[in-house]
Amino acid sequence: MDTVEVLDTKQYIILKFDSEQYGIDISYIDNIVRLQPITRVPHTQPFFLGVINLRGEIIPVMSMRRKFDLPEKENTGLSRILIIKVEGNAKIGILVDEVREVVTLSEETVEKISSENGDIKSYLTGIGKYNNTLISLLNIGSLIADIDSTNV
Amino acid sequence: MDLSQYLEIFIDETKEHLQNLNDQVLILESEPENIDTVNEIFRAAHSLKGMAGTMGFKRMQRLTHDMENVFSEIRNGKLNVNADMVDIVFKCLDAIEGYLTNIIETSDEGTEDNEELINLLNGVLEDNKETTEAKPAEAPAPEVTATSSGGEADKKKYLSVPIADFEKNAMKEARDKGLHVYATTVYIQESCLLKAARAFLVFKGLENKGEIIKSVPSVQDIEDERFDLDFTMFIISDKSLEEIKKSIENVSEIKEAIIEEYSIPADDANGAPSENSEGDKKETKKSKDKDDKKDDKKTGSKGGSKAVVNRSVRVDIEKLDDLMNLVSELIIAKNGLVSVSGVSASQDQSFNEQIEYLERITTNLHESVMKVRMVPIESVVNRFPRMIRDLSKKLNKEMELIMTGEDTELDRTVIDEIGDPLMHMLRNAADHGLEPTIERLTKGKPKVGTIRLDAYQDGNNVTIEVSDDGGGIDVEKIKRKAVEKGTISEEQAEYMTDKDAVDLLFQPAFSTAEKISDVSGRGVGLDVVKNKIEGLGGDVEVVTKLGEGTTFIIRLPLTLAIIQALMVEVSGEKYAIPLNSIVTLEEIPLEDIKYVNSKEVINLRGTVIPLVRLNGVLDIEPTEDSQEDGLIVVIVKKGDKQAGLVIDRLLGQQEIVIKPLGKYIRVPKLISGATILGNGDVALIIDSNTLV
Repeated sequence: MDTVEVLDTKQYIILKFDSEQYGIDISYIDNIVRLQPITRVPHTQPFFLGVINLRGEIIPVMSMRRKFDLPEKENTGLSRILIIKVEGNAKIGILVDEVREVVTLSEETVEKISSENGDIKSYLTGIGKYNNTLISLLNIGSLIADIDSTNV
Repeated sequence: MDLSQYLEIFIDETKEHLQNLNDQVLILESEPENIDTVNEIFRAAHSLKGMAGTMGFKRMQRLTHDMENVFSEIRNGKLNVNADMVDIVFKCLDAIEGYLTNIIETSDEGTEDNEELINLLNGVLEDNKETTEAKPAEAPAPEVTATSSGGEADKKKYLSVPIADFEKNAMKEARDKGLHVYATTVYIQESCLLKAARAFLVFKGLENKGEIIKSVPSVQDIEDERFDLDFTMFIISDKSLEEIKKSIENVSEIKEAIIEEYSIPADDANGAPSENSEGDKKETKKSKDKDDKKDDKKTGSKGGSKAVVNRSVRVDIEKLDDLMNLVSELIIAKNGLVSVSGVSASQDQSFNEQIEYLERITTNLHESVMKVRMVPIESVVNRFPRMIRDLSKKLNKEMELIMTGEDTELDRTVIDEIGDPLMHMLRNAADHGLEPTIERLTKGKPKVGTIRLDAYQDGNNVTIEVSDDGGGIDVEKIKRKAVEKGTISEEQAEYMTDKDAVDLLFQPAFSTAEKISDVSGRGVGLDVVKNKIEGLGGDVEVVTKLGEGTTFIIRLPLTLAIIQALMVEVSGEKYAIPLNSIVTLEEIPLEDIKYVNSKEVINLRGTVIPLVRLNGVLDIEPTEDSQEDGLIVVIVKKGDKQAGLVIDRLLGQQEIVIKPLGKYIRVPKLISGATILGNGDVALIIDSNTLV
């Protein structure tokens, strides 16, 4: 697993799933859009919900809950699709329950953790502390690499 | 020296000349006495040499020079054409192509001297010299000397150039400041091929020495090569006459530069206007004459090869892609408008008329852009005759290639991709298809094997057939091999139809060649071919008859980006089915459904057609009301096979823009892409070929 170097400070977008908070490095985020009709794609990876039209471009959308084996939940007005841009201008959408805010974390408030295989923890780079809450920082790079490996 | 802007032209023209040489040398081999061909070859070789020299590619120039010498001997009737010589020439052409590849990649010709080839070429000449008294012909030399006559005064063309008042003032001002005003007429060698490049270098050199205040013809005209062999300039400079002259004559292929301190014509206030206008008239007349002369020259020198001058423009393919994308966007926007106008019923007549008008225009616009992107397949297939010749030698089989329909046009993107698959198939035909010559004779077949490449347009598709009159595919052999490899079981082999057995050839790593040659037979090939062609939205079919030959039929869509499609609804989801694969739409009463091998089929006007429940293959629950009194069936075809796709509802025909689904999502073969509907929703496109 490759680790993301945490240099001085970094900005993270904070997502909320049930009672937990996750952070995604803001440099990966291309856009955040409201929920829109998703066209189902048959026989695809189970965590992909389908595709959407983002200003004329077709973008696949995956479900964060399905990917991390969290229980399914009704979409609400707070649901958002994060558009992640990956290398080579490819984009991928991630459906999340709620986007809370953008925070800046400095290096000393982030605790690196060792990876465990299987669950969501294998996609974490570390735990950040912010205002007495803990934020699990997602390693988008390895998440995307993992998705790519399922596309055969 | 900045010649980069000419590099592209150089590359394009070199490619053309090389292709031309390849073609002509092939002809020469079969008709050694054809003087037109020899002349054509000589011209092309000479141009190649000239261009390579101009661009400073010394090694390439040297090789082409020696090759030209050989052709020159042939032209003078002092050397006879034979197979060995042709082989050497082809090797040279390959080597020149090698230089060109280097140049394309690195703007440099590389360091390969091809000493061996040059020795071979000289060997051809030496051998010949021993028998006949031959002297190397320096073709361009006499031309140069022929034109260098003529009075010195006539050459001072600058004397007859009219000078406008403001120019005179500028000259006077300069002279008052102690600067020199020079007038010069520069003559370029007649053999020079990139006149504009030479002129450009002259300008470049002079810009460092002073200021060019006027040039005839204008700088623009010179850059566009709209001038004869000379141009005139007026320069203001603080440098000496010699220095300026040297700067000009340092540029190669400049024949001479006539230069002197310019005596500014006297200001004649009264006479000036009339004189000027008269001068202008003279000037225009003169330039017109020049143009005429130039045109004559062009048609004269090129008359042999290209009699018709095309009115065409070279356009970067990226620009066309941009244009195509914009047209796609426009069509999506138009579809949006159409769907909005469909929703609100209270439209007045004129609004709908305008929408229809817009629809017509966008369709026409799309067609026009498509046509611009179309390229004849000639550009891909014209290298094949040469390839077959080489293969014939290598495999020691006599064969000929007959091509028809080279002018059939395909989208540029398809053209770029289709070359390798076609080459694979031709190699296959030569290696596996055609029997060894002895075997052919014992079978009573013509000694020379025939490979055909036929291309033609068929509705919205282009079909390319690669066929041979060889031994055909031995179906039993394929089955045995497949069982051996464990691809299929004994039982399967027994019940397998011939067609299915032949399709095994398209499986990865499946080759029936007894021995692996370096031509083909390594088991990479047909599966790659199939993937590539399917990737382009086409399909491949094989027709074979044991003992008589094999035909590979490739069908390709005319265009990739925008297609006509039938929009359908299946269990509430919308899908698009490309119109070019649809035969008819049928309404089938439930009682007409029959069962064969417990599969649903219908008998449609005598043809038994299997039914495909789209909701099944698309993995959706069927809706309750969809099966009340009958089925709506879309009959699709692939080759001569048909299938009936069961849908819930027809939504109508629409022009759709095909888009990829993104990188990370796994897309089943059944789905060939996605499109954006008028309301902004995404609909998937069904590749019906996978269902037949």
